[in-house]
Amino acid sequence: MPEVTIAQALNMALDEALATDPTVLILGEDVGATGGVFRITDGLQHRHGAERVVDTPVAESGIVGAAFGLAITGMRPVAEIQFLGFAYPAYDQLVSHVSRIRNRSRHRFTAPLVVRIPYGGGIGAAEHHSESSEAILAHTPGLKVVVASRPYDAKGLLAAAIADPDPVIFLEPIRSYRAVKEEIPDQPYLVPIGEAGIEREGSDVTLVGYGAAMRDVRRAADRLAEGGVAAEVIDLRTLVPLDAATLVSSVTKTGRAVIVQEGHRTAGFAAEVVARLQEDALYSLLAPIERVTGWDTVVPLRRGEQHYIPDADRIVAAARRTLEA
Amino acid sequence: MPREPLQILAPDGTITAEPPIGIDETRRLYRAMVAGRLYDRKCTALQKQGRLATYAPFQGQEAAQIGAAAVLRPEDWMVATYRDAAAMWLQGYPWLNLILGRTGDERGGQAPDGVNVLPPSITVGAHMIHAVGLAWGERLQGRDRVAMTFFGDGATSEGDFHEAMNFAAVYGTATVFICQNNGWAISLPRERQTVAETIADKAVGYGMPGEYVDGNDLFAMYAVAAAAVDRARRGEGPTLIEALTYRVGPHTTADDPGRYRNQAEADAWAARDPLERVRRYLEKEGAWDAAWQEAIEADEGDLIEAAVAEAEAIAEPGVADVFDFMFADRPSHLDHQIELLQRDRGAGRA
Repeated sequence: MPEVTIAQALNMALDEALATDPTVLILGEDVGATGGVFRITDGLQHRHGAERVVDTPVAESGIVGAAFGLAITGMRPVAEIQFLGFAYPAYDQLVSHVSRIRNRSRHRFTAPLVVRIPYGGGIGAAEHHSESSEAILAHTPGLKVVVASRPYDAKGLLAAAIADPDPVIFLEPIRSYRAVKEEIPDQPYLVPIGEAGIEREGSDVTLVGYGAAMRDVRRAADRLAEGGVAAEVIDLRTLVPLDAATLVSSVTKTGRAVIVQEGHRTAGFAAEVVARLQEDALYSLLAPIERVTGWDTVVPLRRGEQHYIPDADRIVAAARRTLEA
Repeated sequence: MPREPLQILAPDGTITAEPPIGIDETRRLYRAMVAGRLYDRKCTALQKQGRLATYAPFQGQEAAQIGAAAVLRPEDWMVATYRDAAAMWLQGYPWLNLILGRTGDERGGQAPDGVNVLPPSITVGAHMIHAVGLAWGERLQGRDRVAMTFFGDGATSEGDFHEAMNFAAVYGTATVFICQNNGWAISLPRERQTVAETIADKAVGYGMPGEYVDGNDLFAMYAVAAAAVDRARRGEGPTLIEALTYRVGPHTTADDPGRYRNQAEADAWAARDPLERVRRYLEKEGAWDAAWQEAIEADEGDLIEAAVAEAEAIAEPGVADVFDFMFADRPSHLDHQIELLQRDRGAGRA
């Protein structure tokens, strides 16, 4: 099994989908000869042709709107938006059309498309390049929202997203693209959408995260272990539909929970996780649930980023508070 | 000199060029325009009785819609708006679905199998790009289906108009853009929507043909739409057609045009009625009489009445109708929300 990065795992998934399903096509800005701004589609146009890996004009609403039409005819388009902060012009297509067509046509027309979007900060990029606005997407009925944090899941979840009969927003953590490596099968496989992953079992506190934040969650769990605290680590992997059963089961066991998200704090996705836990696990709680989040500020530019992005220090501190309660 | 819209059939029923269709087809399309007019009147009346939600009448635009839609094949795509019922109906979208939709019921959006008409777009402008993706997807799968999209003059101010026109031209998709320039976008007149002399001229900027047509002329609409659809089907790319017409009625039944426009203007356009124009032509050709008019109005009216009765007889939607069409398979979080709804309803009644 090859050891690969998330970027390579995504490229493998796209390559396999193009090779095995003639209805799959990739469209987006600079996805062809350039291989995309993060090189996720590197080499794919060369291997599969310009009809199937299509460079588009610079128009995000157009990309998603065209993908919507393509999907209705039976194609399986995989659209790439360069950064989540550039996806806002496409939100009208997602909210007003992509997410609704199955409902407004009573299953007669469907839009099985994938929109891949790099998200999150940590690479010192320009303004608008570090957004974590996944909560807006998760709040939109009719979209599935998937966030991978490691190469194995990235490949299997992207394959599952392309095979899914409904629209899937596939968020890719920018700063983890090449920072996380692991061995993965070079044969096709699926990681099911809607199932959280228990990365590490533990009995003292449940740490919940997703996407880019998982690297800091893992670091925090290591540090807690050094202090004799056994943290259970859950990678949500899918925000919608949320695997509430796995969360409730874990927190019922540990009695303590820390939810980590890079997005802004107010009405962020962690708030939804907290709400679900208090509905179904309140009487197992031994301490208030902690949220470690980005702030309700503009994501700071390169020199101020460290004040915004949740890090292992903050996660450990939050976990300790739950243990001291 | 200002550009003049292409016209074949003058308001007095005389022709200035050979019509693109024969008498039988003209009679069929005249009858379709009559059906559209009857539907429009029926819906306006039903709304006043509180039996429909807000309704957007299209009186005066029948030739633009029927003339354009008539050139499509049954399997072609149509992406239209809330004011395009006549075009959608001619392409196979039943009156029942249209009426059901206006009663406030999603079941109206389910086109019959084989009818490739999307539910009417309610947001202005975002749907045009869908006709680009549809035509593109058909071509990629080796089919020569065309996608026709309808929109108004107001929609051309949306950024999505630009993106759709540009994508269609860049990829050379078999998309036909039908802009019904009906003079008014709610209260904003055409000349304040854009200062361009015509909307058709905008096509130049995208490198596609732009046609400027008398939208109240069935023959001109048919001829120009047929040429555009043929071009598209041959793989020669998209066309923008501006149909110059007029919204004789209000924007919707909730609108009062008296607040912003002169009734004399509307009256002048009513005199250029697209149905009357074809009727005069047919009469001159000996292909119209009052008895036939009475017969087609009765027959088409009966079909619309039957659709109204059927729509009103359909059982009210249940909880499953709300939850079961979001995804192919209902996910666990929606199961949970149904439980919450049923639990609280039961408790509230106890």
